[in-house]
Amino acid sequence: MSTTRPTTPDAPSVLSTTWLVAEREMTQRLRSKAFLFSSASLIVLVLIGVLLSGFAAGGGFSGDEKTRVAAAGPVAALLDTQTFDVESVASNEDARALVREGSVDAAVIAEQPTQKNPTGVTIIARDKAPDGLSDALTLRPQVELLSGDGVTGPLRFIMALAFGLIFMMSAVTFGSVIAQSVVEEKSTRIVEILMSTISVRVLLAGKVLGNSLLAFAQVAAIAAVAIVGLSATGQDALLAGVGAPIIWFVVFFIFGFVLLAALFAGLASLVSRQEDVGSAITPVTMLVMIPYFGVAFFNDNPVVMSVLSYVPFSAPVGMPVRLFFGDALWWEPLVSLAILLVSVVLVILLAARIYRGSLLHTGGKLKLSEALRG
Amino acid sequence: MLEIRGINKSFATRQVLTNMSFTIAPGRMTGFVGGNGAGKTTTMRILLGVLGSDSGEVLLNRSPLSEQDRRRIGYMPEERGLYPKMKVAEQITYFARLHGLSADAAKRNTATLLEQLGLGERGGDTIESLSLGNQQRAQIAAALVHDPIALVLDEPFSGLDPLAVDVVLAVLKERAQAGVPVLFSSHQLDIVERLCDDIVIISGGQVRAAGPAQSLRDAHRGNRFSLDGSADAGWVREVPGISVLNFDGGHVEFDADTAERAQLVLRGALERGEVHAFTPVRPSLAQIYREVVQ
Repeated sequence: MSTTRPTTPDAPSVLSTTWLVAEREMTQRLRSKAFLFSSASLIVLVLIGVLLSGFAAGGGFSGDEKTRVAAAGPVAALLDTQTFDVESVASNEDARALVREGSVDAAVIAEQPTQKNPTGVTIIARDKAPDGLSDALTLRPQVELLSGDGVTGPLRFIMALAFGLIFMMSAVTFGSVIAQSVVEEKSTRIVEILMSTISVRVLLAGKVLGNSLLAFAQVAAIAAVAIVGLSATGQDALLAGVGAPIIWFVVFFIFGFVLLAALFAGLASLVSRQEDVGSAITPVTMLVMIPYFGVAFFNDNPVVMSVLSYVPFSAPVGMPVRLFFGDALWWEPLVSLAILLVSVVLVILLAARIYRGSLLHTGGKLKLSEALRG
Repeated sequence: MLEIRGINKSFATRQVLTNMSFTIAPGRMTGFVGGNGAGKTTTMRILLGVLGSDSGEVLLNRSPLSEQDRRRIGYMPEERGLYPKMKVAEQITYFARLHGLSADAAKRNTATLLEQLGLGERGGDTIESLSLGNQQRAQIAAALVHDPIALVLDEPFSGLDPLAVDVVLAVLKERAQAGVPVLFSSHQLDIVERLCDDIVIISGGQVRAAGPAQSLRDAHRGNRFSLDGSADAGWVREVPGISVLNFDGGHVEFDADTAERAQLVLRGALERGEVHAFTPVRPSLAQIYREVVQ
């Protein structure tokens, strides 16, 4: 019969087998409606965030309702017509009259400079000068900062939060996906066939690779949405300052993510039922929280930030944030990356060991020490 | 030929396999029989490299089984499992590819095999939507799809209805006839007796009996005979050294203390009338099993 015709397959390489496993992980994930829905909603959330920050920068939602200002003579040129609806009038008296009858919010007039009023410019309003009008007419000296690019306060916090949030969200989302997929193979016992066919390391590597690629794709999509959104809402300045740190963030993210993914897989293999996944991966979930809260709370504490930017679990967030504010020397990200790489290798070996030691174990949760003993 | 030689295995302080040795000949079905906890599954796992052994080796055609060889064995573990949400054909193809088949060969083999196992129509369904029996067939397809160089099946017939047993059996026999060594374990001694050319009986992690089914039965035959003749066989009960197990008219079944004594009975029967049959009674596998595991 035809099926018994012996085929002699070539020895498939480790890489192609790893890719096969990764491919299956990705296909299964992309077919899951839950996954597609959560990815789509995350991207929509980011888009809304970007747009909101655009509106906030432009003076809120009421920004398109300009303040009406009457200006007599040459002072009209001092007012930015983007912000103010300027009505030129012939005389100072006409301007006063318009304010009095309420057809403008305020008027600006120029008189002879006096001791008390050196510019000679006066704002006339009924109860209160409109917001921003006084500022618009004030001469302010140019400010030049010598250290850093001078980003402080809220922006610093927002940047730290954004990097931290993206890293934490991806790590937790995809980490639990990996964990579930490991336990699915254990609980359905399919793992025994897999182990008799391919090596445990290849299985682990394929899982980590497949899910990591999806995570990277998701983060790339978020970044693209953020960049397009920022430029569309005219926040180019923010974009320009973020460029290089974003590249570092991506590099750190890749390795940091692989580190966590391997840990998620290793710990998940200790249990055999979906109900137990949550408790098994709690330790890594905690680790993922460290960079997020650390960076969010201590983003203006240089000592804590330096430490965070070297600890492998928080480096993917800590280092890009420090780079963003120009706090790190050029060699610092390289050293931190090296530390991260070494940790990735060690953790993968450790995870593979746990994985191998626990895959055939069914029933309750296996102790870590038992799994390591094999 | 697959050969298991001198395998020892302990879990913590408990020795589960002791000097386990037997061979699985090409072109023959070898039945692997033993009680719960006798070490069947552990032996199979070691054979497949899923579990390591403390000592001993697995040989394929007299040389140690390499990782590449292992990958080409078809294995069906006792605890079944396939991805519940994956489609049948897709899943079988995936396994074929993991075993090293090209995408084309994997697809081709999957289609042929599913057809052969009566799952041709169900290729596009998810595993979880299949009945248990059909899931079992899919499981067997997963073990066979890569044209394995040897087959190791842990309880392949448990959970199958009689019709499915026949379908699966036909596929396995076909593989065996093509020269593939087939090892399968079973609790169902009658199935093993019916199907197997060779039998390995283990107990307490040790081989108690192994060899071709026929010679095993001969070896454990003892001195039990049955005789059919024209004369009433009641007289046999009076012969010293003979214990009659049952008799009915001209038919008698008895144990003799020596082979000579049995011949004496035959001669006596010939003196009293015609003898239609005089045969040694071969024990059933179940009898042999009980005898060797005690």
